[in-house]
Amino acid sequence: MNLTLKIWRQPGPDEKGKFVNYPISDVSPESSFLEMMDVLNEQLIAKGEEPVAFDHDCREGICGMCSMYINGRPHGPDDAITTCQLHMRKFKDGDTITIEPWRAKPFPVIKDLIVDRSSFDEIIQAGGFISVDTGGIPDANAIPIPKLNADLAMDAASCIGCGACVAACKNASAMLFVSAKVSQFALLPQGKIEAKRRVQKMVAKMDELGFGNCTNTYACEAECPKEIKVTNIARMNREFFAAKVRAEK
Amino acid sequence: MGNSLTQSSLTKKYVMAFAGLFLITFLFVHMSINMLVLLPATDTFNIAAHFMGTNILIKVFEVVLFGGFLIHIIYGLILQIQNWMARPNRYKIEGWSHTSPFSKFMIHTAVIIFIFLVIHLGDFYIKAKFLGQVEDVMIGGEAYHNLGALVIAKFQMGIYVIGYIVAILILAFHLHHGFQSGFQSLGLNHTKYTPLIKSLSTLVSIVLAIGYITIPLVIYFGNY
Amino acid sequence: MATLKSKIPEGTLAEKWTNYKAHQNLVNPANKRKLEVIVVGTGLAGAAAAASLGELGFKVKNFCIQDSPRRAHSIAAQGGINAAKNYPNDGDSIYRLFYDTIKGGDYRSREANVYRLAEVSNNIIDQCVAQGVPFAREYGGLLDNRSFGGALVSRTFYARGQTGQQLLLGAYSALSKEVSRGSVEMYVRREMLDLVIIDGRARGIITRNTVTGEIERFAAHAVVLATGGYGNVFFLSTNAMNSNGSAAWQCYKRGAVFGNPCMVQIHPTCIPVHGDYQSKLTLMSESLRNDGRIWVPKNKEDAEKIQKGQLKPTEIKEEDRDYYLERRYPAFGNLVPRDVASRAAKERCDAGYGVGNTGLAVYLDFKHAIERLGKEVIEARYGNLFQMYEKIVDENPYETPMMIYPAIHYTMGGIWVDYELQTTIPGLFAAGEANFSDHGANRLGASALMQGLADGYFVIPYTVQNYLADQINVPFFKTDLPEFEQAEKEVRDKLEKLLNNNGSTTVDTFHKKLGLLMWDHVGMARNKEGLEEAIKEIRALRDAFWKDVKVPGSLKGVNVELEKATRVADFLELGELMAMDALNREESCGGHFREEYQTEEGEAVRNDKDYMFVSAWEYKGSDQEPVLNKESLKYEYIEVKTRNYKEAKS
Repeated sequence: MNLTLKIWRQPGPDEKGKFVNYPISDVSPESSFLEMMDVLNEQLIAKGEEPVAFDHDCREGICGMCSMYINGRPHGPDDAITTCQLHMRKFKDGDTITIEPWRAKPFPVIKDLIVDRSSFDEIIQAGGFISVDTGGIPDANAIPIPKLNADLAMDAASCIGCGACVAACKNASAMLFVSAKVSQFALLPQGKIEAKRRVQKMVAKMDELGFGNCTNTYACEAECPKEIKVTNIARMNREFFAAKVRAEK
Repeated sequence: MGNSLTQSSLTKKYVMAFAGLFLITFLFVHMSINMLVLLPATDTFNIAAHFMGTNILIKVFEVVLFGGFLIHIIYGLILQIQNWMARPNRYKIEGWSHTSPFSKFMIHTAVIIFIFLVIHLGDFYIKAKFLGQVEDVMIGGEAYHNLGALVIAKFQMGIYVIGYIVAILILAFHLHHGFQSGFQSLGLNHTKYTPLIKSLSTLVSIVLAIGYITIPLVIYFGNY
Repeated sequence: MATLKSKIPEGTLAEKWTNYKAHQNLVNPANKRKLEVIVVGTGLAGAAAAASLGELGFKVKNFCIQDSPRRAHSIAAQGGINAAKNYPNDGDSIYRLFYDTIKGGDYRSREANVYRLAEVSNNIIDQCVAQGVPFAREYGGLLDNRSFGGALVSRTFYARGQTGQQLLLGAYSALSKEVSRGSVEMYVRREMLDLVIIDGRARGIITRNTVTGEIERFAAHAVVLATGGYGNVFFLSTNAMNSNGSAAWQCYKRGAVFGNPCMVQIHPTCIPVHGDYQSKLTLMSESLRNDGRIWVPKNKEDAEKIQKGQLKPTEIKEEDRDYYLERRYPAFGNLVPRDVASRAAKERCDAGYGVGNTGLAVYLDFKHAIERLGKEVIEARYGNLFQMYEKIVDENPYETPMMIYPAIHYTMGGIWVDYELQTTIPGLFAAGEANFSDHGANRLGASALMQGLADGYFVIPYTVQNYLADQINVPFFKTDLPEFEQAEKEVRDKLEKLLNNNGSTTVDTFHKKLGLLMWDHVGMARNKEGLEEAIKEIRALRDAFWKDVKVPGSLKGVNVELEKATRVADFLELGELMAMDALNREESCGGHFREEYQTEEGEAVRNDKDYMFVSAWEYKGSDQEPVLNKESLKYEYIEVKTRNYKEAKS
């Protein structure tokens, strides 16, 4: 396959970026998208040009590190996958592929296609945990949990924190990410104990960081590589409402 | 209500949803009264309009209604501005994931509806209430504003009919997303009932659109 | 020579850990604030250790190479985590888990460490459930268990095919809690490039900030290394792209001895290689072997036709299929340990019975399982794995058998540690895959997660505290001490040398060459000649690397090629040590298979008389051969046997 790649190049966080076109030939349809990027970079280095910087790590769709916005879609033109799982057979010979970084105020560009997603960590640090320390824990089977709840919690917990929901949302809203964590814990008896405090703190942090508001377009759900459902957002809305209504002051 | 700028995003969404759903109930009331204009004589309509304009309960309610509009508009604007600020650098290729197209144009439809609302209020409400530019008609020995005649006069102008219909269609688009979205914002999403709410949302927008559009069409093409 | 003191506590096996805890030194709460600990790595071991030490009140600095601690490669573990809970009432116990782990490790691990691992395994499950890890459950609301390769009981807890992810997110949430509490300071996108030693003790690290490019210094009273394994020395492995052995390698060069470097695990169920641009291999969970049956064609002609694409696997009749694991190992069948399954696949492919266009693949067939259980059950069990396979290979495993082939997956070898997980450098601890300790010559499935969390939650917090107890009067270290100056200068010189090399060959080119060398000679099957050849060739490749490597860009800012270059430079040294260790160990055991030492049927032949020891290699400088130290292993509580997976006796 012969392709033209239109890639966002930006030397640093405070510098201006621009699109640069790179033709690439003899791409194997069996190769993954990132392997195609590897080949491009090898060619750029050979030519004495600077390789394209992009985030990636596990290359099996679970670490959540890869983050490209390809032809108008986070993680490219396939459903329920990350960029590292995207294969070139999804493109046609002669295609022009536009590759951009995630764009959101709380995800500033570091270089080229790498963005800073530490805002997600900040949200988790605000309350995305159950406050138990190591040791002194009752037996794991001491509290039975309905299978349905455990399964729904697992659905929510499968979030990989890649940020595709923010990237896809026209408002750069982080509601799907935040609600997935809120839901996971709200569904489990262990998490219920500090549920009210958690949801308020996490939402406050999300707002403070400058993510947009949810307008229920559900683009997040459509683009989530782990197919996390917007029912989690509704659950967070309920949890938040209950927390506010019942709050002491 | 607290400071709308410092309220959490979720609180703002609740307020939007409550106000929006409340305004939808008003749209139904408004539509039912409007339908009266199609009765052979405009008297019933004029009496109803008079009742709506003078009854003390309704007057109180009118304030609430204007409050509802205002809150829905102001909160909508704040939310939208925050949303724009959340992505200062746009994408070159904007995403078009396969989700409801209606949901993507809420602010655009909102602006058009707002313009329509201003014109609409100017044509009827302000004329009758403040400017006294509406002629009176005697019904059963008492003087009523002849709003019925005004409506009929307006809807005999083709351009006005077209503008009205377009505005209503856009309102229907707005509601198609807005109604079911309101439930989601309030946290009411359930695997069993949400499909029902979504169908209801379509039904609400269609019923309101047909109801409102029937009036100018009947007047324009009918014998009034 | 280094003296290897394993420091195993007194008492019977079951009493040792209790005795240790009863007699260890503690630090009072007010003094804990005055003591700093650096934890490098945020995988299961690192995040759990950092969080637990923070909870105790120590001042912790935690480092990770990725943009968030949640992305450490523990996240990719699929299958599950073992524990001796005996919930299914099928005869499990702490002793049995201990026994299975020692036996699975082919009698090359330390009894006391493994027993402690089995002992704390139950606490791990309790801990994780309390953290909100959504393990799979039965309809009655209790936890579900499944069986896993190499075990006769169901003791594996799991969260769909994402157990590693869920356990890591649990540890990450505990870590986040401590970050918000202020007890842990998090440093992301940092690569540890050196260890700083002051007066013989580990007192700090040098890192490069991979965003700004700055070389930074960090001081502490103790350092915990939890940087994972070095499987990427093979270039193609199931490890993440950024996984590397450099942090451990710097510790080795600073005096920590390296245990069993040749012990590498090859995972039998990975998606086969498809082309030479390939960057990594994808693992398919071992749990697939619970229901899938592994086979190749019985007739070579059929295999050849399949390789040429003239025949489909579904066209091969039942009687023409060779279910070779079931044939060779009737008791365990498709559930034999990983090393056995991997070698059996290689044996078939080398003999010409392999499938796929390369002939380097075998089938993993779910036809019978689907017939027996129905498609829905299979989908519920393995749906996400099947989906993943289809995305990569573009074939539907419900209709046509999957193709699998072994790939490098895990390194049992690592920095040598004593019972306290302390290395031969006082104050330097190693946890998780980074140490050599618990798996001996082969790791059982679902035991890596167990070991990482055991080390992090339940061992390190005790042993580090024991070490720090006499350090309470040692003030915070300043990073302008000459030892830091010196270490930073050495790092800087090395990086600048790479940048100014003006070579013409990319880092990846060298890495791929090294990988092929390692796979061919230091991979699944090894022999004297090949290993000697490998050592020679690795040395030549290392010389070529330093002469001709091309590293663009500068020290400033993001420079991915520079990061890769430092790692490959270290792999080029580590690879040689692995080959030397493999050459030295004249026996076949676990993941280390020497072709000279096998039965006529091709089974491994262990040499307990001469090789029942841990090889602990000691660095002596770049111009000298490393020295081999031996920690001999004593088995007091179990009888050493030849592993036998043909019969059900254990």
